[in-house]
Formats: sequence, structure tokens, C-alpha cells
Amino acid sequence: MTRFSTAFAKPALVCFVTAGDGDTGANLDALVEGGADVIELGMPFTDPMADGPAIQAANIRSLGAGTKTADVFAIAAAFRARHPDVPLVLMGYANPMVRRGPEWFADECAKAGVDGVICVDIPPEEDEALGPALRAKGIAPIRLATPTTDAARLPTVLGGSDGFVYYVSVAGITGKQQAAQASIADAVARLKASTDLPIAVGFGVRTPEQAGEIAKVADGVVVGSVLVELVGQHGADAPQHLKALTASLAKAVHSAAKTTA
Amino acid sequence: MNIQPNSYRTQPDDRGHFGEFGGRYVAETLMPLVLDLEREYRAAQADPAFQAQFDDLLEHYVGRPSPLYFAERLTEALGGAQVWFKRDELNHTGAHKINNCIGQILLAMRMGKKRIIAETGAGQHGVATATVCARFGLPCVIYMGAEDVKRQSPNVFRMKLLGAEVVPVTSGGATLKDAMNEGLRDWVANVHDTFYIIGTAAGPHPYPEMVRDFQSVIGTEARAQMLSRTGRLPDLLIACIGGGSNALGLFHPFLDDADVKMLGVEAAGHGLDGDEHAASLLGGSPGVLHGNRTYLLQDEDGQITEGHSISAGLDYPGIGPEHAWLKETGRVEYIAVTDDEALDGFQLLCRTEGIIPALEPSHAIAAVTDRAKTMREDEIILMNLCGRGDKDIFTVAEKLGVKI
Repeated sequence: MTRFSTAFAKPALVCFVTAGDGDTGANLDALVEGGADVIELGMPFTDPMADGPAIQAANIRSLGAGTKTADVFAIAAAFRARHPDVPLVLMGYANPMVRRGPEWFADECAKAGVDGVICVDIPPEEDEALGPALRAKGIAPIRLATPTTDAARLPTVLGGSDGFVYYVSVAGITGKQQAAQASIADAVARLKASTDLPIAVGFGVRTPEQAGEIAKVADGVVVGSVLVELVGQHGADAPQHLKALTASLAKAVHSAAKTTA
Repeated sequence: MNIQPNSYRTQPDDRGHFGEFGGRYVAETLMPLVLDLEREYRAAQADPAFQAQFDDLLEHYVGRPSPLYFAERLTEALGGAQVWFKRDELNHTGAHKINNCIGQILLAMRMGKKRIIAETGAGQHGVATATVCARFGLPCVIYMGAEDVKRQSPNVFRMKLLGAEVVPVTSGGATLKDAMNEGLRDWVANVHDTFYIIGTAAGPHPYPEMVRDFQSVIGTEARAQMLSRTGRLPDLLIACIGGGSNALGLFHPFLDDADVKMLGVEAAGHGLDGDEHAASLLGGSPGVLHGNRTYLLQDEDGQITEGHSISAGLDYPGIGPEHAWLKETGRVEYIAVTDDEALDGFQLLCRTEGIIPALEPSHAIAAVTDRAKTMREDEIILMNLCGRGDKDIFTVAEKLGVKI
């Protein structure tokens, strides 16, 4: 059993915050205390092309505070020491990941206890830029599937993917509109027919009601922008707000009754 | 590593790689679109009707072929090699950018796209895109850094006159790279009806190849014109480089002419010894941004740093991947020229030839000035005069301390 398979044994709440934005250690603890099952730690980047205003702002705050790649790994390693069982995923863009070479990055991930990596701008076609190095260290390359990923392309996306599959439910950037429940259910069913990996659904999920609905059809629900907004709003006081929102999200996700097998 | 290929004109490979550069580093949402674009581009390339329509518009709308001009007084003033210009500043809209926009909008219409988006720095690509959108009746949104909107207000007004919506981008340093980020965000959210007209030979495959191909009309014409006028090929080609589309347009048809040397001129801004420059090849290192692996201005953690140049059109922290490959193979030499040297080149051309150049090719003029003096009188330099300077007179006046 990996940390992922344990976490996704029941509907899982996946929570995202940007590393170095506020007191990230305290923020991550609050997410876990609130009931988050998987942590996605965003690596700040100057040019977050797939992100909406909330996460763009978090990236700018983090870099403005002087966050370095070494700080991201220090946050990850400290998290792993405090929470030995919670899956930890790094999410970000290619350039900071490959800057010192993919082997260096994979090695640092392994040392920090990172379970998986989501790289927004390395599609399967460019897998060799990072994928082989991650697999060699036992780090899961987590791929994104989207509404534009058609049936012909799906095997390419799923091949070489590990940990879980992140279904981006809207064609767009983070934190904007939400997809219709029916389209999510269809998409998850389509993915499930092609892979045994758990399917987590994200983009535009802001409320416990939305999260609970998605958890009826998917293995996990990813929440990011609304949490990042709380960090931006409350700064040092963010943990209590994060914990409260996470608790209500977790309750909705964990109590969701599956409507499909 | 430095094995010389049989031909320099066969790149990229079928995955869009120029050696270790290029590729398709985009989010999954865009990947099917990029693959679709490549299929459609291949079909268009094989369709004589597409090429005929492209050629017809270049001739009758853009005003091609642009002249090949012997700069007699500049040559005399420099006292060395003969200086010739490819006059792409005489194109409709005043720069080479329109060549590529004609090609891409024809492709967009062929694909049934209903809406055009583009990024722009100095505004030349924005104006060219707004122009072709007006010509073909398609709605057009131009993303432009808020800083550039301030620096280039005449071009902002031109775009609006042409019916485009100009969206100022305030994220990051509010310049060209941020405009490109916003263009990509728009595209990813409007995948079904929108075509992104990228303005330089960068971005995910097939853009670098496609933009180069559309711009290669510059070098193809120039090569034939030079042979017809002088009976020989030039000894040295010179062009300025931001993303690198005008330089590739000139260079590419000559790449397998072993005796033709080539010089790409980057913007050294306030000098390569500091951070205030936009010379990705000379002052940067390989990385991944905006869909391709190429040379970037970046820090040790891979964060992208802001470029600087007096010329907004060169103020980009990356460069087309084919240039990165041409640098690694040694086929093209790259140098950088400072703001002050470009300003001197600008004034020199105004007074010797009666041509007000854009600040971008003024960098190339500075390089011509240096090289011509070291060459014999029977040698020929061919420079791409890729844009005219009407848009830059306010910047130049300010720099010279003149109130207009």
C-alpha cells in the first residue's frame, strides 16, 4: 500500500496551498487537522500560465517574500516529519523543476518525502524531461486529464501516470467557473473505464456542496483557489480559517454516498 | 555534441524539437489543440490553393516583394563592406510582422476559428494582427502589458482604430511575457473557437516552425534579389533578435549556403554585465517557458527575470528555439548591442539614408557599423530592416532629452 492508495480508499479531500505564501507549515497542519487527505504543495513560479488571479497572487506573494526552491523542499521535509502518513504532492511548472536537472529534482523530492509531482506544462509528449527521473526515485508522475483529452489521446495521458489522475473539470484556468455535475460524472466514468488509478477532480471547486456532489462520483476532490484566497486574506491568522473550511469540505466529501460503482 | 548536420534547413524533428530545444511544453488542455494545429498546418502546406492565397495577399495587400536596397551613403560613411537592406519596413503596417499574421489568419479561417487573440510587446504584432482581423472580419483581442500600453500609446490607438479590443495586463512586470501568459490563459479557456496568433518564432510546436516558414519569404526574396542584382550571395547577414522571427525569416533560406555568415543581434540594454538586458542567448541559460525549451533569462531557481531594452519589441526573456539550436551548432554568431549603441545606429541611418528605422533594427545597424569597417569593399552585408521608426519617435525624443 502506498500513501496514495490508503488515502483514496474512501473519497479523499485534496487541498492545495502555495509554498512560501504565509506560514506554510502552520497552514498545512491546519489543512490536515481539518481533514485533508492529500496535500498539494504549489511551487511558486513567476509565470503561472494555467492559474487564475487567486493562485497568481499567491505565487507573487511567495516569491516576493523570497521563497527559494530550497525553502519549498524544507517545507515538504518538515511536513513529512510531522505527518508521516499524509500523501504529499508538489505541483508546479516545468522550469523550476528542471532547472538543476530532473535527477536533482527527483532526488530532492525523495529526500523530502514527496509522493508525487504534478507538472502543469510537461505533457506526455515531453515526458522524458522529468518522468524517467521521477520514476527512478519512486516518485509518482501525476498526469492531468482535461475536457479536451479525447478517447484517442487518453491512453497516452494515462500511460506512465501514477499515484492518481487529476481530472481538470473545466477547459480554463484555476479558480474560475465550475463544471456541470453531469459532465464531471461522464468524464470520471470514461477515465475509470481506462485506468485503475484513483480519479481526483478539481478546478473551480469552492464549497462543501460542490465538493460533496463531486465526491459521489469521483475518488477525490481537489480544492485550491478558495484556500489560497484565505491565506491571502488572513495572513498569519489563516490557519484557523483554513481548518474551519477544510473541516466542512472534508465532512461533505467523506459523507458522500457513491452514486456509481 | 558539435556534429555538423548535412543540412541546417531540416529542423525541427516530428516532435517539434530543434536539437534539445523546442518541443510542446503546454498544459494538457492545450495539447490536443496544438496537435490539431500541426495537422491543419501540414494540410495547408500541401494545398496549393493555400499557398496561392498567401502569396496573393503578400503581393497585393502587404506590398511584397519588399525592395532590396543598396545603402550607398551609409556604405561610404562606414568605409568598408557594401551595406544592403531588405526593406521590410516598407510593408503594410510598417514591419515584417504582417507576413506571419497573413499566414496564421488564413490558417485560422481554414480551421473554422471564429475569434483571434494575440500578445504584443511594442505593439507591432498587435497592429498586424488587428489589421488582418479587420481585413477578414474576425473579432480580435490583443493582450498587452500595462507598461507597454503606456510606452506605446500610438500603437494602442492604431489597434483600437482597427477594431481590436486591447486588454492591458497588470500581472508580473506587465510587459510582453505577461501578455503572453494572459494570451495562453485566454486560449485555454476558449479552446473551441479561438485561434492564438503568436507573433514570434517561439511557443509550442508547430508555432516556431510555422512562423519561420511564413517569415522565410524575406530571405527567399532577398536571396533571389541579391543574385539578380549582384550575381552573388552576400557575405554576411545581420538581423536583430527579440523572439527572432525577422532574423529566422532572413537567415533560413541561406542556412545551407556555407559561405554566407550570419549574425544575430540581441538587445544588451544597459549592458550584459548587469541585469538590465534582454539577451537570452548571451546572458541566459536553457529552460522551459511558454511552450518550448530554449534560452531564458532566469535565476538559479528557474524563476524568469525581467528583460530590459529601449526597444519594447526586443524586451522578452526568451528566444525562439531554432536560434538556441543555431547557436549551439555554431551556424549563426550572436552578439548583443546596448541601448546607447542602438540609438547611435538609429540616428546614423536617419541622416545617411533618409530612413527612420525602428529601434529593433537599430540594434542591427549598430552591428553593421562595427562589422562593415572590418570588411573589404567588395564584400556584402545584407541587413533586414524589419521595421520603421514612426512608433519610436517619442521614446527616442525622451532619450535625447527633446520635448515634442
